[in-house]
Amino acid sequence: MTSTMQSPTSSPTPSPEIAQSLRGRSLPTWAPKAFGAAAVALALVGVFGPVGFWLVFVAWLVAAVIPLWSMIVEGRRKATDRFVTLLVTTAFVIALFPLGSILTTVVSRGAPVLGSEFFTYSMRNIVGEGGGIYHALMGTLLITAAAAAISVPIGLFTAIYLIEYGEGKRLARWIRFLVDVMTGIPSIVAGLFAYALFVIFFGPGVRMGIGGAVALSVLMIPVVVRSCEEMLKLVPNELREASYALGVPKWRTIVKVVLPTALAGIVTGVTLAVARVIGETAPLLIIAGLTDSVNFNLFDGRMATLPVFTYFSIITPGVPPGPSIERAWGAALVLLIIVMLLNLAARLVSYFFSPKGER
Amino acid sequence: MTSIQSTARKRSTPTRPGDRIFRGTSVAAALTILATLAGVALFLTVEGIPGVLASPDEVKHGTTFIDYVVPLVFGTLLAAVLALAMAIPVAIGVALYISHYAPRRLAATLGYVIDLLAAVPSVVYGVWGISFLATALVPVYGWLERTLGFIPLFAGPASATGRTILTASIVLAVMVLPVITALCREIFLQTPRLHEEAALALGATRWEMAKLAIFPYARSGIISASMLGLGRALGETMAVAMVLSASGVITVNLISSTNPSTIAANIALTFNEATGLTVNALIASGLVLFLLTFLVNFAARAIVERRKDFSGAN
Amino acid sequence: MAKSIDVSDLNIYYGDFLAVEGVTIPVAARSVTAFIGPSGCGKSTFLRSLNRMHEVIRGARVDGKVLVDGQDLYADDMDPVNVRRMIGMVFQRPNPFPTMSIAENVLAGQKLNSKRMKKSEADDIVERSLRSAGLWNEVKDRLDRPGSGLSGGQQQRLCIARAIATQPEVLLMDEPCSALDPISTSVIEDLIHELKKDYTIVIVTHNMQQAARVSDTTAFFNLAGVGQPGRLIEHGPTEKMFSNPEDPATEAYIQGRFG
Repeated sequence: MTSTMQSPTSSPTPSPEIAQSLRGRSLPTWAPKAFGAAAVALALVGVFGPVGFWLVFVAWLVAAVIPLWSMIVEGRRKATDRFVTLLVTTAFVIALFPLGSILTTVVSRGAPVLGSEFFTYSMRNIVGEGGGIYHALMGTLLITAAAAAISVPIGLFTAIYLIEYGEGKRLARWIRFLVDVMTGIPSIVAGLFAYALFVIFFGPGVRMGIGGAVALSVLMIPVVVRSCEEMLKLVPNELREASYALGVPKWRTIVKVVLPTALAGIVTGVTLAVARVIGETAPLLIIAGLTDSVNFNLFDGRMATLPVFTYFSIITPGVPPGPSIERAWGAALVLLIIVMLLNLAARLVSYFFSPKGER
Repeated sequence: MTSIQSTARKRSTPTRPGDRIFRGTSVAAALTILATLAGVALFLTVEGIPGVLASPDEVKHGTTFIDYVVPLVFGTLLAAVLALAMAIPVAIGVALYISHYAPRRLAATLGYVIDLLAAVPSVVYGVWGISFLATALVPVYGWLERTLGFIPLFAGPASATGRTILTASIVLAVMVLPVITALCREIFLQTPRLHEEAALALGATRWEMAKLAIFPYARSGIISASMLGLGRALGETMAVAMVLSASGVITVNLISSTNPSTIAANIALTFNEATGLTVNALIASGLVLFLLTFLVNFAARAIVERRKDFSGAN
Repeated sequence: MAKSIDVSDLNIYYGDFLAVEGVTIPVAARSVTAFIGPSGCGKSTFLRSLNRMHEVIRGARVDGKVLVDGQDLYADDMDPVNVRRMIGMVFQRPNPFPTMSIAENVLAGQKLNSKRMKKSEADDIVERSLRSAGLWNEVKDRLDRPGSGLSGGQQQRLCIARAIATQPEVLLMDEPCSALDPISTSVIEDLIHELKKDYTIVIVTHNMQQAARVSDTTAFFNLAGVGQPGRLIEHGPTEKMFSNPEDPATEAYIQGRFG
């Protein structure tokens, strides 16, 4: 007994060489965190502080110490791994820069412009300071609402066709392909299409709010079809079967079982589609044009919209340019807020109103 | 075979009016999409052909359509390709960061932050590009001209406003970044967990695991995501129209004040003053843009389809 | 209520593929008939053809006759929707409608067809159906809660309540216990015994003990090989089928030698 206890093979401590090879030579665990934190702090000072933007590059160099150090201590493989981690993180930070920059500039320059006059006045008979975006806001709401009124029925019923009726049919394959093609139509081409269509009925030079709605529909329909299709696909087949087995006709099954189950997803999808087209400029520039006055009639003449108003305010500011450029920032901020609110609303709807339960 | 089909059809005859109406409405909606696309192609062609055939003295730009459109196509491609060259590496990095590097609990939020970039309206990008980015880049362009001026790309003279094709491309890159990122992220997240674990079990570092398991699986997905981003960059109008100070030339000089225009921006900038056959020429150029983006998107879809066959997923 | 079924020479196809061949079987009223057999032998397909549910899959069709009290379900002027109102069905996995409450789920057959009825009448149906399904005491205090909040066994009984709320002639059950634990299973088996008094019940099961426990008649389905159609091998009183089957394949299957 005692002899085996003392024999070297059953020694409780492993041989130092194996322990060493398993443990490896590695950087202290605090090192990457410390250098990373230092780099972030430096970068923040570079962006917001008084020193200058060049500090961001210094920050990156500080972070780059880690892979170099690793090269010496840990060897090439680990150093490469750490270097890639640095690159990937850098890519993410680079992507944050424009977002932060856009948000801060638009908010800081747009916020001072917002006031009661800005929201309640049009640009009618305004030269220089004053005036507002009332006409453009109304135009945007009307045209977008009209576009949604055209797109949602067409998009939803197309999705219903694709999922409930078209399974395995050649027409359904074609429609799916065409929806893909439609997704890729450049917005300016949608505007040209609406113009070319309306020229046939109203002659050259036509400008109309409803034309803008048609152009936006071309952009919106494929988005609605796609999201509704996804949502209808998620409705378990078992629910359809349960309904059929109760002697419910197919159309009632779709209306009363399938659509209610998918409702939250459909509302989310439609909201996101609206958010996408409400900021579209190019098609409205072509077919809806711009006016200084309020126009509530979609079928009569030019209609101002927020994006087009923003565009012209900054491209042709007039003399003196100051007030017009200020209004452009204000309108851009309002547009941004509307889009962000729509995105937020879409998220909340899908979060709170999705059917609860295990499936 | 025929008797089989006829009995099948006979069996399904007693349909209810409600079912017939509902089905009819769905088919009609689907056919509307077909009609719309046919309409886009048809109306653009009908209105565009006179513009293509117009003689130089009938239109404002005073050249044949080919001479008119070639520099625009060049500018469109140049801006889009530059944008992609900048966006793709960053997008892959961001997607990889979100899918495999960021802390699990943060990943969804970070993805949402990047998606916010896609929500920003293009006119806001334009306003930002013209009044912030362009100004901020003026000293950079000066530095580029002084130190890298021997390369034709940076020959200069550097623009004093910063409203160059490079600035426009940077804005485009930011705009397509979220598109490419979102798709790449999806594909990276779909990498079979078993492949990843197999690589890690062989003693691979995280980067070696990415090379072994993620990229081979995701390669065609990255390509198609990039193509879709390209389609988006080709068609983007407002940001370019606002940022770029264009003069319709063909040049590879990226930082001077004379820049090629793009099809979409050119339409946006000249459509409102255009009359007669000039309008038709603009519509024809729109048709060219439509075909260009169609080809790119089509190629992207084809790659996606082919990938489906290989991965066995449906 | 409760009618007998007479199936004669039924072939079931998916497109050109013959899935089930030449089934002839009588099903007595107010009895439990169990279909047993190995996976893929077509017993579920055959069950679904009894209320034309298999037609939900594109290309599915049948030859032959299914007579319910002398009426052919596959006659040209027969509407599958009406057939399904007459013949209820319970599925393998419980599938209550997630957007509806417990009470609404029970009334789904009426509600989805927009049948108007008084509140008191609706309450009656809910209570009677839930009592018949043996669920009333467990859910009477939360009738307006979502049905998906119940346990698996409760959900399945809710589905049974939903199926019998429309007062069908026949109740088809497609492996109703295969997704449930043993205790819920025995509750449902007891329920089947109760329901037999009022309904003609046809049940598909993978579990031979269950077939022996609940059924009066057992039918054994088998297929000759992969890609071959499923056939009805034999049918008869459950006791005889389990003690002294005629076909050696039935005996082998019942004794657990394959399947």
